[in-house]
Amino acid sequence: MADLPPTVADSPPTVAASRGQTLLAVFAGGALGTLVRAALTRGLPHDPGAWPWSTFAVNLLGAFLLGWWATRLLRPPAADPRARPFLATGVCGGLTTFSTLQLELVDLLRDGAPGLAVAYATASVVLGLAAVLAGRAAARRGADAPEDDERDGGPGAAPRGGGVLRGGGAPR
Amino acid sequence: MSDVLLWAGVVLAGGCGAVLRFLVDEAVRARARGAFPAGILVVNVSGALVLGLLSGLALGDDAYLVVGIALVGAYTTFSTWMLDTVAAASRGLLAVAALNVGLSLALGLAAAVVGRAVGAAL
Repeated sequence: MADLPPTVADSPPTVAASRGQTLLAVFAGGALGTLVRAALTRGLPHDPGAWPWSTFAVNLLGAFLLGWWATRLLRPPAADPRARPFLATGVCGGLTTFSTLQLELVDLLRDGAPGLAVAYATASVVLGLAAVLAGRAAARRGADAPEDDERDGGPGAAPRGGGVLRGGGAPR
Repeated sequence: MSDVLLWAGVVLAGGCGAVLRFLVDEAVRARARGAFPAGILVVNVSGALVLGLLSGLALGDDAYLVVGIALVGAYTTFSTWMLDTVAAASRGLLAVAALNVGLSLALGLAAAVVGRAVGAAL
């Protein structure tokens, strides 16, 4: 698989943002997404052995938004080159979390709720994938362009440079 | 800690965590050029290890909110992990998609357990 295109939803921005602007956009988006997630985590604590609703909710919301933006930002007119690092890497990345999810699984196992742990992991992955697909479908429904416009849309998709998820513009 | 300082800390830590993720992902992807999204795997597993360590240290609630939930939480990502998986499957790379889910979960869980044990022993 070494010769296959590097990622996922890759596409170079039409106009590259400077390195500093990209990092600043990631920082700002990450700060915003994290604030929402941390406020929910603090505001809606879950009891030991109970379903971690706050992490579950932000992860699914972030997956939907990323599916939507990753598709929407590929369509003309070209978005501001800072939109991807801000929205995808920053907001969605900051809003969602993998590490807290893993710790919550460890806690559920420790608190004697292995069934809930399996259900939580399964629901997160299955509904997380569904949320990305739903976001992608919603972005396509709003598109003027034909359905196959999306660049990660099939096995024949051509390799692209840059990275929509990582803010693009960086040499690979 | 006052509320204003606490939430300012959350905002700063979240921004720093996201930038750190961007840089680590970029560095890993510059070295691993296959179809597998290795950058986010490295980010997520290393973040699970560090968060496990922090939880083992039994920090106070406010310190854990800033360093654990905000910094490490923002460093790791669920949404990109899911998008990478969907995109691999969309390109017909079902093995890559399945491996990305299975490997992340298995290694992430192991890292969190090891991290917590180490943190508790410190």
